[in-house]
Amino acid sequence: MSIKTEEMVLNMGPQHPSTHGVLRLELTLDGEIITKVVPHIGYLHRCFEKHCEVMTYPQVIPYTDRMDYLAAMGNELGYVIGVEKLLGIQVPERVEYIRVIMAELQRIASHLVAIGTYGADIGAFTPFLYCFRDRERILNLFEITCGARLLYNYIWIGGLSHDLHPDFVRLTKEFIREFKPNLKELNNLLTFNKIFIDRTANVGILPLETAINFGITGPMLRASGLKWDLRKDDTYSVYDKFDFEIPVGSGKMGTVGDSWDRYYVRVLEMEESIKIIEQAIAQLPDGDVTSAIPKKIKPPVGHIYSRVENPRGELGYFIVSDGSTSPFRVKVRAPSFVNLQIMDELCRGHLVADVIAILGSVDIVLGEVDR
Amino acid sequence: MKEYFNNIFTALLTIFVGMKVTLRHLFTPSVTIQYPDVKILLPERERNRLYVNMDDCIGCDQCARACPVNCIEIETVKSLPGEDLGKTSNGKKKALWVTKFTIDFAKCCYCQLCVFPCPTECIYMTDVYEFSEYDRNNLIYNFATLTEEQRLEKIENFRKFSEEKEKQKSQAQKSE
Amino acid sequence: MIYDFLYNLTGSSVLAGFLIALLPLFAFILPFALFAVLLERKVAGHIQDRLGPMRVGYHGILQTIADIIKLVQKEDIIAKENDKLFFNIAPVLTFVGSYAAFAVIPFSSIFLGAKIDLGIFYIIAVTGLVVAGILMAGWASNNKYSLLGAMRSAAQIISYEIPTILVVLSIVMMTGTMSLFDLSENQTGYFWNWYILGGPSMSLQKFLLIPFMLIGFLIIYISTLAEVNRTPFDIPEAESELVSGYHTEYSGMKFAMFFLAEYANMFAVSAIVATMFFGGYQSPFGYLGNSLNMSWLIPLEQFFWFIFKGIFFVFVQMWLRWTLPRLRVDQLMAASWKYLIPIAFVNLLIIGFITLI
Repeated sequence: MSIKTEEMVLNMGPQHPSTHGVLRLELTLDGEIITKVVPHIGYLHRCFEKHCEVMTYPQVIPYTDRMDYLAAMGNELGYVIGVEKLLGIQVPERVEYIRVIMAELQRIASHLVAIGTYGADIGAFTPFLYCFRDRERILNLFEITCGARLLYNYIWIGGLSHDLHPDFVRLTKEFIREFKPNLKELNNLLTFNKIFIDRTANVGILPLETAINFGITGPMLRASGLKWDLRKDDTYSVYDKFDFEIPVGSGKMGTVGDSWDRYYVRVLEMEESIKIIEQAIAQLPDGDVTSAIPKKIKPPVGHIYSRVENPRGELGYFIVSDGSTSPFRVKVRAPSFVNLQIMDELCRGHLVADVIAILGSVDIVLGEVDR
Repeated sequence: MKEYFNNIFTALLTIFVGMKVTLRHLFTPSVTIQYPDVKILLPERERNRLYVNMDDCIGCDQCARACPVNCIEIETVKSLPGEDLGKTSNGKKKALWVTKFTIDFAKCCYCQLCVFPCPTECIYMTDVYEFSEYDRNNLIYNFATLTEEQRLEKIENFRKFSEEKEKQKSQAQKSE
Repeated sequence: MIYDFLYNLTGSSVLAGFLIALLPLFAFILPFALFAVLLERKVAGHIQDRLGPMRVGYHGILQTIADIIKLVQKEDIIAKENDKLFFNIAPVLTFVGSYAAFAVIPFSSIFLGAKIDLGIFYIIAVTGLVVAGILMAGWASNNKYSLLGAMRSAAQIISYEIPTILVVLSIVMMTGTMSLFDLSENQTGYFWNWYILGGPSMSLQKFLLIPFMLIGFLIIYISTLAEVNRTPFDIPEAESELVSGYHTEYSGMKFAMFFLAEYANMFAVSAIVATMFFGGYQSPFGYLGNSLNMSWLIPLEQFFWFIFKGIFFVFVQMWLRWTLPRLRVDQLMAASWKYLIPIAFVNLLIIGFITLI
């Protein structure tokens, strides 16, 4: 005779210390095992796409910053590349190199937040502070260049708002020199810690077929085994001039595609970004960064889809222009929005504590999910 | 069986390695700055509260048009032909009375888009960041130097002047 | 000897016994709890490359007093659906369970709260009250999250009592006494007479015992960490999962009682581990009082060494808290039943054989 059990509905509400923002997860539990997860989003919707229809092209850039506020340079870069292609202008080489340096520094900063908060969710409070201490130095670098630490308005259509500060190259080299041993220390403290591995290995295994079917991109896809990175496979800016590897999940501590792999791919990506920054600083040409900025930005009628590799995945902008000074439509393909769908698939059969581990490894930012 | 002992060994080893890292950090100096007593010097390109130097403002409205959130409100009145409003710092002669120039800092997103179009560089960002208020209306900063009655006087003057011009134009047309 | 002093003072054995049992509570534990809260925050701060509390008092010394004032003046919220009797009794039970253990811990050779022969047995019995308190707190809160947290906590404490008891049994077997006072007295001399290094007698038995004593110490330290709900075993109060577990619904003075009980418990288990393995109140290097011929100095020195060892082990507990992530519930159970208990058992058998030699 089987016992009739009822399923309990538990609400990990919009206010929760671990849901990385205002996300509501409705969990249906059978004892401690999860049977269904329904994410409810929209708590941070700010009508970005509607705003774009009344702003002029340069005025949209502060708005794009605020979508994924932890990786703002990537957002600006995607939009600006699209508009520049529509206008048909070519930017000086120095501008391209500086954009790459900023994007890679931003990638390191964003991954530091992802790793730090993941550790804090699992229960290790100290790596969070170590990651943020390193992130402070990156934000200081951004601050001396453009004056802001989080929302930059730095990458403009046709160039940049300011040239690099005279101290920038020296301070970046100092930062890289001090960051490499910190990364090793982080690995000792968190990545190879047996308790951390027990919490994250074999939890939330994402098979490659499922990932491709859902349209997952970014470190999640690479952790499932596929070597797909827009910086190499659909090159934009000057990424083809640099020599770097694409880290792929290998199932070192568990199965390929589990949470530990996703986490480890992010750690390895930080090392690759350091390589790119070193090469870019060595090859930095001279030039004028504001010379190609047009006075009036009025692209011809047409549409374009431009995409960049953000720290969280592929960020795509579909820009439709009707010949006037403000875009007709800007549609954003946000990586966190697409990656969040996978929660139901991954969480089935796991415990409540694993939901937190899985959500942390998906690495969403609610500003991007809701726009 | 071997895995059992392996588990125990790696657990103890990684825990001790982690403890060594933390112990080393216990003796490194901290990075905290005791804020209200010690304040960091901000870099020169820092973007905090805006400041408008009204002596240089020619009332061209470029900054208000560049702002993405419409937080700058400018109202100008044309001056009469004989009036002398002075010169800006780079030698240009001003032609408009700026009767209203308010910036609402509750709306401002500190994006710096208003600084670049200004022809006389009279609007720029300072490094003041401690300007919070108890009442939201106190964040609407008024930069215009004309008082209310002066503003009404200028508007009145211009209205009379344009009426005169209209009268003269219609008289000239009638006499043709 | 303090007991004799109080007996002479009051003339009644009941009153003297009562006062001597109260003495550790007011003279030591409450100030220690105040100190421990601040120590935790300062240790956490310095490990994380920052300073802890700095503004209240010089470098934050008065921070705990500010915390206590804040907790005392808070409104005592009891929801309508809560079971009032259990809701009110739960923190008191947890508090009592932790504090009652101090009656048999010898702080110094002249001070012992209650001279009973069953020292350790009494401690293990009384700390079982804590489980009852936690379950009552979880049930009476009328909150899904609290109930989950309380059930997990009860399961955790019960599972980890077993390795503790097995290691205690091995010490009892080796020394033949259950009284903590006698255990401390046996470890006189210098630090090589401590039980972690085999015991006071210089024989083959002593050197054979050393590795197994080390294993026993590790096992009991880990199990008592789980008993006091500290990371990596702090699932009941996992802030990022269940938002504070079984004491979510408590506010004000009752929450302060849970809080203080946790720190007192930490010191109690550190003191027990120090007494059983590291010589209790004995000094590792001989006494200054002996070399300076001031025999009244010796009990004070012993008190100092005892406090030093207790605080050192409390510091190691805090150090572990800020280094390690948290274990999941099923891994916690696996760690206890599959790893600690078999090893403790084998350890017990081997120590038993060695003592027969």
